[in-house]
Amino acid sequence: MPLFTFKGGIHPYDGKDLSKDKPIKNVEPGKELVFPLSQHIGAPAKALVEKGEHVLCGQCIAEAGGFVSAPVYSSVSGTVKCIEKRRTVTGDMADCIVIENDDSYEEALPLNDKPYEEMSRDEVIAAIQKAGIAGMGGAGFPTHVKLSPKDPDKIDTVIVNCAECEPYLTSDYRKMLEEPEKLIGGLQIEAGLFKNARGVLAVEDNKPDCIKLLRSMTKDMPNISVAALKTKYPQGSERQLIYAVTNRQINSSMLPADAGCIVNNVDTVIAVNEAVREGLPLIYRIVTVTGDAIKEPCNFRVRTGTKYKDLIEAAGGYKCKPEKIISGGPMMGFALFDLDVPVTKTSSALLCMSTDEVRKWEPSACINCGRCVDVCPSRLVPSLLADHAAHFNEEEFLALYGMECVECGSCSYVCPAKRQLVQMIKTMRRTQLAKRRK
Amino acid sequence: MSENVNDKNNMSSTAESLPSVSPTPHVRDKSTTGRIMGCVLLGLLPATALGIYNFGPRALVIVISCIALCVLFEWGFEKLCKKKSTVKDLSAALTGLLLALNLPVNVPWYIPLVGSFVAIIVIKQLFGGLGQNFMNPALGARCFLVLSFSRYMTDFSYKSGWGGTDVISSATPLADVKNGLGFDLTSMFLGNEAGTIGETSALALLLGGIFLLCAGVITWHLTGMYLLSLVIFVAVFGGRGFDPAYIAAHLFGGGLMLGAFFMATDYVTRPITKKGQIIYGIFLGCLTGIFRIFGPGAEGVSYAIIIGNLIVPLIEKITVPRHFGYRNGS
Repeated sequence: MPLFTFKGGIHPYDGKDLSKDKPIKNVEPGKELVFPLSQHIGAPAKALVEKGEHVLCGQCIAEAGGFVSAPVYSSVSGTVKCIEKRRTVTGDMADCIVIENDDSYEEALPLNDKPYEEMSRDEVIAAIQKAGIAGMGGAGFPTHVKLSPKDPDKIDTVIVNCAECEPYLTSDYRKMLEEPEKLIGGLQIEAGLFKNARGVLAVEDNKPDCIKLLRSMTKDMPNISVAALKTKYPQGSERQLIYAVTNRQINSSMLPADAGCIVNNVDTVIAVNEAVREGLPLIYRIVTVTGDAIKEPCNFRVRTGTKYKDLIEAAGGYKCKPEKIISGGPMMGFALFDLDVPVTKTSSALLCMSTDEVRKWEPSACINCGRCVDVCPSRLVPSLLADHAAHFNEEEFLALYGMECVECGSCSYVCPAKRQLVQMIKTMRRTQLAKRRK
Repeated sequence: MSENVNDKNNMSSTAESLPSVSPTPHVRDKSTTGRIMGCVLLGLLPATALGIYNFGPRALVIVISCIALCVLFEWGFEKLCKKKSTVKDLSAALTGLLLALNLPVNVPWYIPLVGSFVAIIVIKQLFGGLGQNFMNPALGARCFLVLSFSRYMTDFSYKSGWGGTDVISSATPLADVKNGLGFDLTSMFLGNEAGTIGETSALALLLGGIFLLCAGVITWHLTGMYLLSLVIFVAVFGGRGFDPAYIAAHLFGGGLMLGAFFMATDYVTRPITKKGQIIYGIFLGCLTGIFRIFGPGAEGVSYAIIIGNLIVPLIEKITVPRHFGYRNGS
């Protein structure tokens, strides 16, 4: 069977061997947990608790601030210490609920106890909405919004993004190996929402064991298939993934639903399964703690709100002093200067690198080599876009389709002149997006 | 007081111990500008070595002086303008080598000097340095020299090899081809012929070109279309029909191999998209054919590429790639 893929892309060192064979371990949080009110795209959640209030594990502490929003649940029992601005992974100060852990993990009641088989379509979506699920691959788009397209009958493919194309990340891989029945169960729930839909598990071929396992488990399910994708970055980018699986192209002004697709990440689908079948809110996620500066690279099951510094300790601490610490993968993750930030719904990894290889390169003049053009998954000319962005030539930037960039960073990766291409393009895109919103 | 000093030290040490922060991505490919230029230099090694072997010590002196002068001009100009030195990226050295390979062996001493000056200062640095020049510096300099010092630049007499004393005064094989005289394909292939230092051996240039293709420095699009379109042009307009020996003489003769593999492919002055490169290659092939068959001289590659350089912006304009998802409207 031919491998599904797209044109362009890169093959960075993947570093997955460090942690791929480490089974998922639970890690207990520290004394203080921090819950940002905005862990998703859309309106921030509104706090429901007050300072000094006692909360239970799994209790809703902030309600959704609108339709495109998601509630936040406490992952421990304890006392609300304060609601104040705290630093988050992006480096911004954001409103957070801070909870003092009482270590007793008193559980709140499940959100619903109606069996899945008896639920109507709307009830399923309501259960997902109530559980506070937002895209756990990194973008954090509220899942119930994704599952409520304008024309549900047009949806014919529900794709689970099992590509995990970011180097070093192994959290999805471990989940697929350890809880495949939950993954398939979640996919069945999502595919069941659309009467014309089939389910596709799209896995990169660097995980042959997952492909084999999922294929054998789904061989009796006519509506579910496993698609083997060519291993390359950014195979897991939504547009590229849809193209690889269905041969349909969407652009920046379209949603996956316009191509009849719904795309969700592995962890998200498992969270959907737990929300619908067990009534559990989203309070856990899998985080890969890895990198050559970490003593024992691990995959952890982490309560959201746990501080990153607690994860370092749980992974045995540093082997050597890290020069760079990244929340997420090396291609799209955020560099951190402070580990006193919380794990959120969208944190996939904590990567500690002993050397910062970017620092030693200094950007030099573009030599027009065209490598960025060859690798751009959106088929743009990044070198020109970056020039126009740097000179703030809005018109030319838009004429060269600058808004179609998916910010994957492949261009910066291959650039022999070490230009910060994606950063320049990103800055311009942000400006333009802000302008559009006005 | 002493406490304050300590505080300061502590401060700076904590600042240093913070992990560094930078925009994405946090990993980079190993290829650098210097490495790419180094590859091209390596690819030119067979042709350079054979040129020096065929044309004797004088060729070696010209190669060394061109490289040294180009690097010196680059370094000096950037020093003068208080710009960061870009000598280390090897682009000036490459320009120097290409210029040397485009000179006949008998040029007087000041030709490398003038050529290097025109290439590095006039064509490259005055337009903003690496990446900003609109034409290939070495070729631009060659064309300038041919127009200004045509007597020296078209004198292809040479003493054979290192021990040779007899001056061989002969026309280039391509001129023989043009004048309907006989030509020896084997010696054109091996380079034992009159011509500039680096252009005579098709074999050495092909070896270097294949190395560049394998190293991923160049792709088939431009070079392949250039050669192919020239072959077709010559077959159609050459007046000899599809005569394999005649076509081979056009392929191996003159500056075509050097031009198609090493000069037309110069990143800065060729279109950036593959589609643009294909159009550019066809354009160069036809232009070279016109110059060679209908023009007054036998040569055509240098001028074809220089004129090609000028239309690159136009090609870029019409070959803006359609973005992913374009067919759905934007």
